[in-house]
Amino acid sequence: MKLSVNGTIHEVDVDPNMPLLWVLRDELNIHGPKFGCGIAMCGACTVHLDGNPIRSCSFPVSAVKGEITTIEGVGTPDAMSIVQQAWVDHQVAQCGYCQSGQIMSATALLEKNPSPTDDEIDAAMSGNLCRCGTYPRIRSAIKSASASLQAPAIKATEINLNSTQDDTTKAPVAEEA
Amino acid sequence: MGKLGTITRRTFLISAVAITGGVVFGYWKYKQPHGNPLLKDIDEGAGALTPYVLIDQNGISIVAPRAEMGQGIHTTLAAMVAEELDVTLEQVNVLHGPASKAYFNAVFMEDGLPFASLDESGLAEGARSFTEIPAKLIGMQLTGGSTSTYDHYDKMRTAGAAARESLLQAAANKTGIDVGSLSTSNGKVITPEGKELTYNELASAAAEIEPSAEPALKPRSEWKLLGKSQDRVDIIPKSTGTAEFGVDIDLPNMLYATVKVNPNLLNPMNSFDASKAESMRGVKKIIEIENGIAVVATNSWYAFQAIKAIECDWVPANYPVSTDGLRQLVVDSFEGWSNSKNRNDGDVDDALENGEVISGEYEVPFLAHATMEPMNATAWLHDGQLDIWAGNQIPTQVVIDAKKITGLSEENINVKTPLMGGGFGRRAEIDFVKQAVQIAKEMEGVPVKMTWTREEDTTHDYYRPLAMARFEAVMGETAPTAIDLKLAASGVFGAQFGRWGYPLAGPDNSIVQAAWDQPYGVENYRVTGYKAETIFPVMFWRSVGASQNAFFHESMIDELAHAKGLDPLQMRLDMMTDEPSKKVLEKVRDMSNWNQSLPEGHARGVGFCLSFGVPTAQVIEIAEQSGKIKIVNAYIVADVGIALDPRNIEAQLTGGMLFGLTAAIMGEITITDGKVDQTNFHNYNSIRMNQSPNFEVAILENGSKIKGVGEPGTPPAAPALSNAIFALTGKRIRKLPLNKEVDFA
Ligand code: FES
Ligand code: FES
Repeated sequence: MKLSVNGTIHEVDVDPNMPLLWVLRDELNIHGPKFGCGIAMCGACTVHLDGNPIRSCSFPVSAVKGEITTIEGVGTPDAMSIVQQAWVDHQVAQCGYCQSGQIMSATALLEKNPSPTDDEIDAAMSGNLCRCGTYPRIRSAIKSASASLQAPAIKATEINLNSTQDDTTKAPVAEEA
Repeated sequence: MGKLGTITRRTFLISAVAITGGVVFGYWKYKQPHGNPLLKDIDEGAGALTPYVLIDQNGISIVAPRAEMGQGIHTTLAAMVAEELDVTLEQVNVLHGPASKAYFNAVFMEDGLPFASLDESGLAEGARSFTEIPAKLIGMQLTGGSTSTYDHYDKMRTAGAAARESLLQAAANKTGIDVGSLSTSNGKVITPEGKELTYNELASAAAEIEPSAEPALKPRSEWKLLGKSQDRVDIIPKSTGTAEFGVDIDLPNMLYATVKVNPNLLNPMNSFDASKAESMRGVKKIIEIENGIAVVATNSWYAFQAIKAIECDWVPANYPVSTDGLRQLVVDSFEGWSNSKNRNDGDVDDALENGEVISGEYEVPFLAHATMEPMNATAWLHDGQLDIWAGNQIPTQVVIDAKKITGLSEENINVKTPLMGGGFGRRAEIDFVKQAVQIAKEMEGVPVKMTWTREEDTTHDYYRPLAMARFEAVMGETAPTAIDLKLAASGVFGAQFGRWGYPLAGPDNSIVQAAWDQPYGVENYRVTGYKAETIFPVMFWRSVGASQNAFFHESMIDELAHAKGLDPLQMRLDMMTDEPSKKVLEKVRDMSNWNQSLPEGHARGVGFCLSFGVPTAQVIEIAEQSGKIKIVNAYIVADVGIALDPRNIEAQLTGGMLFGLTAAIMGEITITDGKVDQTNFHNYNSIRMNQSPNFEVAILENGSKIKGVGEPGTPPAAPALSNAIFALTGKRIRKLPLNKEVDFA
């Protein structure tokens, strides 16, 4: 079967019931999405299916009809997205294991709702568990990213000026705009 | 004694050694040296300046030989070296480095001593110095006990300074300029004329030079990196999905495995029937391992599916098979001999006999660590070598156990310690690594990555023990005049050191940790430990004994204050005998506006704990929302002596407190028919974003010694919350988790 991940089409031959997460991790060696629970309770495996966050550990690969975006498709160390940059600015990560999923949930939230309230942040992020307790900084980072999105043209340019790639479509706002 | 106290400096003598094939330099001398492990695989022309600094074509690498589990230790340790070496953190690579006794934890055993952390008497300090000797002989490279910062503060700054001196001398020899006229900046030696020589070009010449025995360390006033918040060295990888955790190891032709071992913990398997699993898709091999089975497959998920289809006949538990049965062992221990009586001031029996006694009984359940990254390890046996990749807190033990399993010699066992998705103490037990090695032995030539399901992880932990406390006390006008506190639990230190092969004799201080040594002055004050039979697997869990004892001790103090209508924070201040602790409490009082009244339906609680040498006070403000409790604000003040990286310390304190709040509100492991009932995050949950309060944190530096903060944020959380619930509802909850008694929003 064919699977489009971060703009690349892959041909995979696996059990159709295999959750997307294990196709990404063990078949395609895309390791950003993490295994935490396998039952949609922790969010470590969050990826986007056509821009919507899904728990890839509980999503059979055969049910995937659309484009998959993983954390690797959101930005790279040399060209981070606005959300990733906010994560760095706030030094959010501790162990970092949950953070791919946190960033994917936050990115999906901000794409739909560039200035979420505290309650909206809670609602969008409560499926993502963090055993290190980085929630206060996640909240601050989402707010910073949201503020950056209020002046998207300037901010997105600034960030991409610092990067070696010049792909503004990687910034969440550009995708929606 | 005085001599022993200065050993850490001398330890870092460097000398040049020539080996065939090129110049390598810098090994670490001690009375019986553990060689510099960096010399083993060093490339020609590279220099290993002490076991912590390596300079080669790729630039400067700093070995930060402690588990990076999220606590930011790689950044802080690298900053210690970088500060003295005069390089920026951007200029260096930070590595965990190999497993080596050279990286032994010199201070971990101090916590086993019957001296309070604030006791700086000659006897206590002398005993602490002596623990360095057995610690060194054992050579345990262990991350735990909030020791990393404290243990390395001298070692790594000295390593950086010694390396810098060698480089300066090499530049002096080369240029003929007096060493006193040379300076360094950002990885270069600079001559008076402004000519620059890079450390890289000087490295091999520096290898020939015997540096001074005790290089001068910078005074704090000259620090550029230390004392200031640094960007974590792993922050970009961790924000872009590119950080490599153990679970992400990828090798050519690698296969994937999972295991299922007896849920009657640590008991063997009688037999198994894998006939269904054998023919399942992707399955390559089914292997019997210690106490269970492993499935090797072409994808982790195939392994997960196949292992479910294997029927196992398990040997039943050799311990009481229910929570009640295990609890009874703790109850019974109160009737047996006491295990420790580290505090026994005044005449407690007399005071209780002649006073009006207030009493109570407290209890906490078993807890799992539940790291976000489930236990996993990759092992590859090939060409007489065993390569192991495992997120673990004790790589030297991995070598010992891998040697036992494979019969290989130590030189042929290579342990790599990648980033860890949380540790909290769990990865100091390496049962999962041993499993990967057993699999590798049966799969010679093929690398195999073994990953536990979350279910295996939750049900095969080594748990924070169920613990109980009983107190009797007498109140005076402004403070207690007598306290008799009895604490009972399994012995965590004994259990874990025993599994490592070092049975501990004498008292197990985990039982009374952070209860007997609190900086409160009470005329008649006794803390007695009782050791429950330790047959159910228990171990260190972030803050160890302090995780239960702060709840016991600080709830008790709160009860006593309320019994006399006293302000519980002021009463603590009145009792306090240690200045830094007092300042911590005063600061949290002021930050939280403790003395100002709150709106209707709000209340505050306070908790204090001196653990791992760090006095930490927390205030929690809660509010009632349609019959449920919501944590609104949390205030933390801690004194770490010297704050090397304030922003990271803040992260550890808030994260530690949230870890403690999760346990207080909802953490509970129960046992039925010998097996753990909880299996995954749906029934062993954590605080989530919507329950996380606002935080305000202050870090003080009045303490006389530098201390680590991976753990001290956790203990005061439970009593602060429970005391706030009492203030709001009048309900004194004496048994965790709190959600059995009140609902949380
Ligand atoms: S691994 Fe998918 S939600 Fe936990
Ligand atoms: S940063 Fe460790 S689990 Fe979130």
